[in-house]
Amino acid sequence: MNYKELNLIGSSSPHLRTKDSAAHIMGEVLIAMVPALGFAVYNFGWRALANTLVSAAGCVFFEWLYRVLLRKNCTVGDLSAAVTGVLIAFVCPVTIPYWILLIGDFFAIVVVKQLFGGVGKNFLNPALAARAFMLSWAGEMTTWVGPRSAPPLWTTLFPGTVADAVTYPTPMALLHENNLAGLQQMYDLPKMLVGLIGGCVGEVSALMLLIGGAFLILRKVITWYIPASYIGSVALLTFLFPRGNDPLMWMLYNLLGGGLMLGAFFMATDYVTSPVSHKGQVIFGVGCGLITVFIRYFGSYNEGVCYAILVMNLMVWLIDKNVRPSRFGVPKVKKAPKAEKKEVDGK
Amino acid sequence: MNIGKQLKEGLITQNPVLVQLLGMCSTLAITTTISNGIGMGLSVTAILTLSNVFISLLRKIIPEQIRIASYIVVIAGFVTMVDLLLQAYQPDIAESLGVFIPLIVVNCIILARAESFASKNKVLPAAVDGICQGLGYTVVLVVMSAIRELLGSGSLAGARVFPADYAATMMALPVGGFLTLGALIALMQWIQNKAKGGK
Repeated sequence: MNYKELNLIGSSSPHLRTKDSAAHIMGEVLIAMVPALGFAVYNFGWRALANTLVSAAGCVFFEWLYRVLLRKNCTVGDLSAAVTGVLIAFVCPVTIPYWILLIGDFFAIVVVKQLFGGVGKNFLNPALAARAFMLSWAGEMTTWVGPRSAPPLWTTLFPGTVADAVTYPTPMALLHENNLAGLQQMYDLPKMLVGLIGGCVGEVSALMLLIGGAFLILRKVITWYIPASYIGSVALLTFLFPRGNDPLMWMLYNLLGGGLMLGAFFMATDYVTSPVSHKGQVIFGVGCGLITVFIRYFGSYNEGVCYAILVMNLMVWLIDKNVRPSRFGVPKVKKAPKAEKKEVDGK
Repeated sequence: MNIGKQLKEGLITQNPVLVQLLGMCSTLAITTTISNGIGMGLSVTAILTLSNVFISLLRKIIPEQIRIASYIVVIAGFVTMVDLLLQAYQPDIAESLGVFIPLIVVNCIILARAESFASKNKVLPAAVDGICQGLGYTVVLVVMSAIRELLGSGSLAGARVFPADYAATMMALPVGGFLTLGALIALMQWIQNKAKGGK
């Protein structure tokens, strides 16, 4: 039989491909962020949408500019820069001036991402690193407005008008003062869940973030290991060590306030800066949870999600190096027996 | 003796900070304002030159086994002199540099030049080496502190360039030191690679 007549194409594996690409996955992430963005517009006014668009455009622009200036292939199409831009807007107060957002975009895209080699090479989550850098302008970064307090449509879009906004305590500020009773009086539990509270643009609505997160898990963009272990460890710690005498309420307010949901579903799960194996991902999530609770309890900051994820980003290489999945069909290597301890005279 | 070669080594090819990566602690810590950078750079240059001269003079007397301790004694002597002189005549700079002037005793640039150059060369080349390496250190410090002062507090050498409200205070904090140093090291590597590729 002459094989050449069979018209077979000779090629090495893989022979079956999915249509998944970076752009496809990042598109799904963008879709998953729409509910939270919609609620932010409802809660804070159109300025929230303007911030998000400006920040996303800024990130895409800096990515394009860097790639063009250095004559590298253009990677704007994979949408990762747009996701970073939206996340940067999400982790800032709605009153943030546009120029600070653009500096954050520059820091995230050029310094954190492109200088280390571009998409897939960043060692920190670009949006969170940018937030850490943007705390240079601590006043602007911690000016909070209350829920549903936005002036009519167009007046909020321009800087200057936001100066009249009254500084408003966020749930995290009250929790940091151990003032659970005051917080319960200010926001009841349904408000906390739905997100009718003060805070960063994208973090307020735990419900919308849960919907987005569930969408990502159902679409198999992310796995449940990191969000579950992260939120679970925060829940366990705050339930076991409550401040006040209502552990359940303390736990719920700790889970629903602050950036925990946003961080757990959209930031800690970033492929590039999280461990590869499931076991490693659980360790990563628990580490994030521990550091978050430690910062909330003992730190001078109200909220620890940003730094917790950044610190654990830096631990990923260590986790990946030490947590290796066992290879199929290969017997486990037995550890060499430990040398017996020498008897010490007189203990 | 080749002054041009030593100068090129000190400023570029063997730059103590950007290529040898020595003296990181003071480099990162004090480069928040240009006056700090100049003060620190010149202090180190003076101490480096003087200690190079003396160690070169004493190089035949110092026993091999205790050479490091002997170098430290010589260096510490000059550091004490510079420290007291600064406190007497430039109290502002002495105060803002604080503990980093006494810490020059353990600055590894000075010990490295003593060990690798002054102890093997005659007095004059050792003195030139001290000046060139010190200049390399000073230039890097001034560039770094100019970048950090401009971005971190919106001023240059004390003169306001833009309102402090717009300044990125992170650049004046340790974070900014690491970012600036990393960027400068990368730039230096890029320049040297370009120079090599051009040949």
